[in-house]
Amino acid sequence: MLDWWLPENVSTYGRDIDWLFHLIYWITGITAILVFAVMVAFLVMYRDRPGRRARYTHGNTTLEIVWTVVPSLILVVLTFLSAPAWSRIKIQAPPSSDFVLQVTAKQFNWQITYPGADGKFGTADDKTLLDEMHVPANKVVHVRLRSEDVIHSFFVPQFRMKQDAVPGREIVQWFEATKPGKYELPCAELCGFGHSGMKGWIYVHGAEDYQKWAAENLTAAVPGATDDGKAEGPKPAAALAATMGGTTKR
Amino acid sequence: MSATTATAHAHTAHEHHELGFVRTYIFSTDHKMIARQFLFLGLIMMVLGGLLALMVRWQLAWPETAVPGMSVFLPETEGILEPSTYNMAFTMHATIMIFFVIMPILAGAFGNFLIPLMIGARDMAFPLLNMLSFWVTAAAGVIMLSGFFVEGGHAAAGWTSYTPLSSVAAYTGVNWGQNLWCISLFIMGIGSMMGSINYITTVINMRAPGMTLFRLPLVIWSLFITAILLLLALPVLTSGVAMLLFDRTLGTSWFLASGGGEPLLWQHLFWYFGHPEVYILILPAMGIASEILPVFARKPIFGYHAMAFSMIAIAFLSWIVYGHHMFVSGMNPSLGMAFMVSTMIIAVPSAIKTFNWLGTLWGGRLQFKVPMLWALGFVSMFVIGGLSGIFMASTPVDIYIQDTYFIVAHIHYVVFGGSIMAAFGAIYYWFPKMFGKMMNPALGHVHFWGTMVFFNMTFFPMHIIGVGGQMRRIYNPMQYEFLQHQQHWNVFMTYGALLLGLMQLPFVINFFWSLFAGRKAPLNPWNATTLEWSAPSPPPHLNWGPTLPTVYRGPYEYSDPEAADDFLPQGQPPARTAARARGH
Repeated sequence: MLDWWLPENVSTYGRDIDWLFHLIYWITGITAILVFAVMVAFLVMYRDRPGRRARYTHGNTTLEIVWTVVPSLILVVLTFLSAPAWSRIKIQAPPSSDFVLQVTAKQFNWQITYPGADGKFGTADDKTLLDEMHVPANKVVHVRLRSEDVIHSFFVPQFRMKQDAVPGREIVQWFEATKPGKYELPCAELCGFGHSGMKGWIYVHGAEDYQKWAAENLTAAVPGATDDGKAEGPKPAAALAATMGGTTKR
Repeated sequence: MSATTATAHAHTAHEHHELGFVRTYIFSTDHKMIARQFLFLGLIMMVLGGLLALMVRWQLAWPETAVPGMSVFLPETEGILEPSTYNMAFTMHATIMIFFVIMPILAGAFGNFLIPLMIGARDMAFPLLNMLSFWVTAAAGVIMLSGFFVEGGHAAAGWTSYTPLSSVAAYTGVNWGQNLWCISLFIMGIGSMMGSINYITTVINMRAPGMTLFRLPLVIWSLFITAILLLLALPVLTSGVAMLLFDRTLGTSWFLASGGGEPLLWQHLFWYFGHPEVYILILPAMGIASEILPVFARKPIFGYHAMAFSMIAIAFLSWIVYGHHMFVSGMNPSLGMAFMVSTMIIAVPSAIKTFNWLGTLWGGRLQFKVPMLWALGFVSMFVIGGLSGIFMASTPVDIYIQDTYFIVAHIHYVVFGGSIMAAFGAIYYWFPKMFGKMMNPALGHVHFWGTMVFFNMTFFPMHIIGVGGQMRRIYNPMQYEFLQHQQHWNVFMTYGALLLGLMQLPFVINFFWSLFAGRKAPLNPWNATTLEWSAPSPPPHLNWGPTLPTVYRGPYEYSDPEAADDFLPQGQPPARTAARARGH
């Protein structure tokens, strides 16, 4: 029953998010308990009994000020505590990195493209994997997020990472995984009848492990071996709909 | 009120009693009949919306097994929901519950019934427009229902219908279903505008003598503010759905990136409407609770002005918080910072209201009659729904919980625990005035406790699985390894939902049994002070006899130590005025 909680966090900024989550959990939890305690106490103490008249009062200005100012202060503090994490994760330029991947979402797959030896996308040595991403641990990874059709959402629960992929835009996100392992990459935005089950896997390798995997899988790219995705131009919607049924399961 | 006008009104009243069946019960311009029509529309649609929810819950607990009874409607799958049918079910559950249950019941039925009766008017400012408002809404409802019968099924892109999923038929396989969804909401928007203009005009112009703005019952304040929000928010939705329909049928590309459009524009339009909409659903509920609590605490509402001003503050702030639905949408994240600040601010007026409701209970003489139970249920569930909103307001936390079941839990604590519980409270409270009969309290208690227990059994664990990461709108949680360990919660919640559905039967029985065979209601069964309780039960056409009531005091004069009774009705002349009148 200990698994009633957040999944394990394995990213650098996930710690900040979890800290804020727990802070809000305690603030709201204690507030809820206090409010319910007062309410139950009132319901018992002031239940209708013969011969007692209700207190005739229209309010109390001091109390109104107190219960306006106190929640306001708590919320101001919460805003100031939330701002730096948000700024670091989403607003500021990502920490610099030479590890850049292009992720293109389409109904109902994640296409993960590695730039190859030249470090550029759109060249012959690009390598595209379907629903599978391999990254080294403790390395900042930039993700250039695109969508070919509808809005999808790149969600890695253990990284505390989520970003919608919007057609017509490229959104750059980043993460730094701290622990090798295999993590699920579901789509979190409704994207059609195959939305459920649109998922990939992110393999976080130790540094040496990653080099080994890259040597075996990235350098010896055979054109056409991974046929799905980048080689194909934009497809008309109808053709796309016709092909998507078969690609949902891995 | 001069003698001539009074006679004129009495004369009109007489004329209207001659109306035939059609003008009395169908194409009626009487605000009370229109209110009843909206109530029936909402309650009937609630059955459908609830059944759709049970289908969704069945699939989540026991994925890809036949839903009992559904083989009649889905013969080709023998009652098993396919992913596309499942998407349709949750899309239409939300669409129906929001637009055709909560809005018609809270704004439509109680707005219509209460505004003229509580401000001391004979009817709405524009009775014909009022009638049209109902029939336009009903037509929108019929169009919405017709979508279930077209090829390709009904809309399946979520009630939020994010583009381009909703704007290109091939992405969902839904063609006319989504078109009818747009057309229906467009028409519903027009009906709602007619109603809101009427409410605003009536509250401003037709208050009885002595009914100053700050003597208005808080439920009227809430409905007045709701009407202003409706008037300003709904046109944005109607424009948005018109643009969506044009994208789908005329080849425009407002929302299609490949045609030079912007998919996020839809989200901006939708949520610019959608966030005030959330307050459209909850403000009347707050008003209803503020009405019921003083009556059954036998005590003036605590902080009347704070209550009114906090609702005004919510109304203003509701326009600048909508971006909190879009923190991870690709909207400029700096804008997200601004929306976090405004969202944190809007939590304050809600907190003020909660503390004032507690203040109303303090030192009261609490009578736990059925309407009071629902009002207390509303306050306690709103506390949970309000506090869970703080998690989403904090942008970094929202990155994780956006699009998870935590959000689903939050919205259901607000619109079911909040709006629907208040709506039930309002039905139990005003039923005697609306239909002239008392409801059965024993069945009312069963209904309340059953709903309260099974509501929490259904929705509280959604917080837990949401924190565990379960995404909303997924067809089968078992497809994900990181979710499999919490599947037992999905089974638990579905049992809760089935029992929650079952516990609505006492209400259905109570409603119809009381309607036909209930004890006749006295004029003022709850010893309440507001004006509607001075009209007969049910009030006749034009509400009062030849003279309109005059208002002498605020709406919550309970337990005044100088008064003989423990309540002083708004329309009762002060003792010395009465004495002076007798002296003449």
